[in-house]
Amino acid sequence: MYKIVRKRVLNPTVTMMDIEAPLVARKAQAGQFIILRVTEDGERIPLTVAGYDREAGTVKIIYQVVGGTTMSLNDKNEGEYIQDFVGPLGRPTETEGIKKVCIVGGGVGCAIALPVAQRFKELGAEVHSIIGFRNKDLVILEDEFKACSDRLTLMTDDGSYGRQGVVTQPLKEAIEGGEKYDMVITIGPLIMMKFVVATTRPYNIPTTVSMNPIMIDGTGMCGGCRLTVGGKTKFACVDGPDFNGFEVDFDEAMLRSTMYADFERHEREEHCNLFKKEAE
Amino acid sequence: MAIQPKKHEMPVQEAAVRARNFKEVALGYTPEIAVAEAQRCLNCKNKPCVAGCPVNIQIPDFISKIKEGDFEGAYDIISGSSSLPAVCGRVCPQETQCESKCTLGIKFEPVGIGRLERFVADYHNVHFKGEVVLPQPNGHKVAVVGSGPSGLTCAGDLAKKGYKVTVFEALHLAGGVLVYGIPEFRLPKDIVAKEVETLKKYGVDVETNVVIGKTLTVDELFEDGYEAVFIGSGAGLPRFMGIPGESLKGVYSANEFLTRSNLMKAYDGGSHTPIMHAKNVAVVGGGNVAMDAARTALRLGAENVYIVYRRSMDELPARKEEVEHAEEEGIKFEILRNPVEILGYNNPDDRRDPKNGCVTGMRVIKCELGEPDEKGRRRPVEIKGSEYEIPVDCVIMSIGTSPNPLIKSTTQGLSVNSHGGIIVEEQTGKTSREGVYAGGDAVTGAATVILAMGAGKTAAKAIDEYLSAKNN
Repeated sequence: MYKIVRKRVLNPTVTMMDIEAPLVARKAQAGQFIILRVTEDGERIPLTVAGYDREAGTVKIIYQVVGGTTMSLNDKNEGEYIQDFVGPLGRPTETEGIKKVCIVGGGVGCAIALPVAQRFKELGAEVHSIIGFRNKDLVILEDEFKACSDRLTLMTDDGSYGRQGVVTQPLKEAIEGGEKYDMVITIGPLIMMKFVVATTRPYNIPTTVSMNPIMIDGTGMCGGCRLTVGGKTKFACVDGPDFNGFEVDFDEAMLRSTMYADFERHEREEHCNLFKKEAE
Repeated sequence: MAIQPKKHEMPVQEAAVRARNFKEVALGYTPEIAVAEAQRCLNCKNKPCVAGCPVNIQIPDFISKIKEGDFEGAYDIISGSSSLPAVCGRVCPQETQCESKCTLGIKFEPVGIGRLERFVADYHNVHFKGEVVLPQPNGHKVAVVGSGPSGLTCAGDLAKKGYKVTVFEALHLAGGVLVYGIPEFRLPKDIVAKEVETLKKYGVDVETNVVIGKTLTVDELFEDGYEAVFIGSGAGLPRFMGIPGESLKGVYSANEFLTRSNLMKAYDGGSHTPIMHAKNVAVVGGGNVAMDAARTALRLGAENVYIVYRRSMDELPARKEEVEHAEEEGIKFEILRNPVEILGYNNPDDRRDPKNGCVTGMRVIKCELGEPDEKGRRRPVEIKGSEYEIPVDCVIMSIGTSPNPLIKSTTQGLSVNSHGGIIVEEQTGKTSREGVYAGGDAVTGAATVILAMGAGKTAAKAIDEYLSAKNN
């Protein structure tokens, strides 16, 4: 059992937790992920490491409440325990030789982008961050990004905060304005990453994407997380989660991500109905 | 008294009934049937059966105890050689091992050794109320990586010699392939849990949720005071064929399909892990895993389940009993067929159509058997122009695995072969790195439970010799 030592609500649908897991905290690096189960009969879900405190032995996770499992995780409070927590899994983000980087995060993906930005800052790179959200209420981690970015651009779809528009606009402006990035790293919804890649491709700027497909074991055993990258089958859990964005087949990944959409909807409704019953 | 020429039949659930439930297919001998079957053993002098057993169980001795009605005595003899008797009695391919060597088998059917082993283990698990005799601790620590059949066997043997053994398991539950791979109807999970509990009674610690190569490395295990490490991390990444359509929704590796159903209990309506309840399913491959996947799909409610295999029935690598059970349950064998393409749905007018990307069929090509290959198995040759389509909504690829790179890539000095399997000295399980031993699928690639157990046993003996010599 793994203790929830801290829980902080970041916005109405996104929550941050620090989980006591000393072995994982000792090894975790930016770009890696963990797998957790909330309860004895729960499903295994992957969540990217959003931070770690090696001394305190805690690992930070940030999740969006989307399905049955994240709902039951969200029901847990500080001091309570979750059933399983294993990691760190996957390969850390490559940082070698990168002096100037643009981090492009979208929605809850910003939670994963943050430790990557922090890591580059630590290594002395120039960090430009572009983070995008649907509206003001959903903005998360603005202060944290400010602290580790040499330049921060915050976008909202509806213009209720920051600049109005999508993340690819300021990215394109920066590139055309003469910013020479060694690497663009993008983390967020598949469709956003697809467009970021479309933006950088004409300029041939190396672009890394962080993939988060459906997974079970996280150690290469099941193959459920497979993607087509450069025409080859790759497993996100052991070969990734970071991949060369120019090679990822996003359309296929988007189709595969909907495999259990019906089941998820059902789980979510069931969970909400349970709540309703409790409330009555 | 004349010898009964045939084995006593194994009582089983009716095919039509069991094809729709996940309860165990074979029900096991009663004490009366067991004694009667034991009477068939000639107790011959040269005991060829023992040599046919990868862990050398003293077979005629335990059968003699059954004849006397001393079932616990029989258990003591089996457990002297095997740490997992209830498992082996169920999943070993006895027809190619002990039973294939049985003297009685020259003229008649061999003694039902596997069935008797299972009977003895089940009898013990139900009736034994005593305490295990704990060995004197010798103060030495050994780490075992992976809690599958090789790891559990190695751990059990070393614990019984007084070693303090810790087993590290990547998943949340101990048992490896016994819990994620082999289905409930063939190996009930409470039997595996019971065998693990027995090992714990001998002082074995099981640490779940630790991925060696990630959470901890082999080097760190040595730093933590473990004096030897056994790697039984199993086979790794599932293989795909590389044909078009393998990324469509409804295409699984057998590992994923079985893990969802077995480990994550998706077969049980209350599980939070989804699995596809397909109507028409094609399973590609002919091994035990393919049979397990096909029979699982059937039990999840499929109307038609096809085994698509490129050679003939004679070459099916699966255990004979599993093939027979599958046929009885209504699995259809599309033999001498090779998949060429998996077909999917695409609605050009609506990109958001939820059916987009779902499997609608599989194109296969007919094959005939040609010349034998280097292993002596006749090679399938495709017949030009014989392609046709099988309408399915789910395809399960069960064509083997390639070794997992996690441990290799984080352990200096560990040699692997061109397939990625860890290289060991066969008689000892010793790897190229001092104090590190390995066995099971991590070494051989996908093989059987009992071979993995044999390797675990071999390594336990070698580790004991190594540490005894080192500490003297």
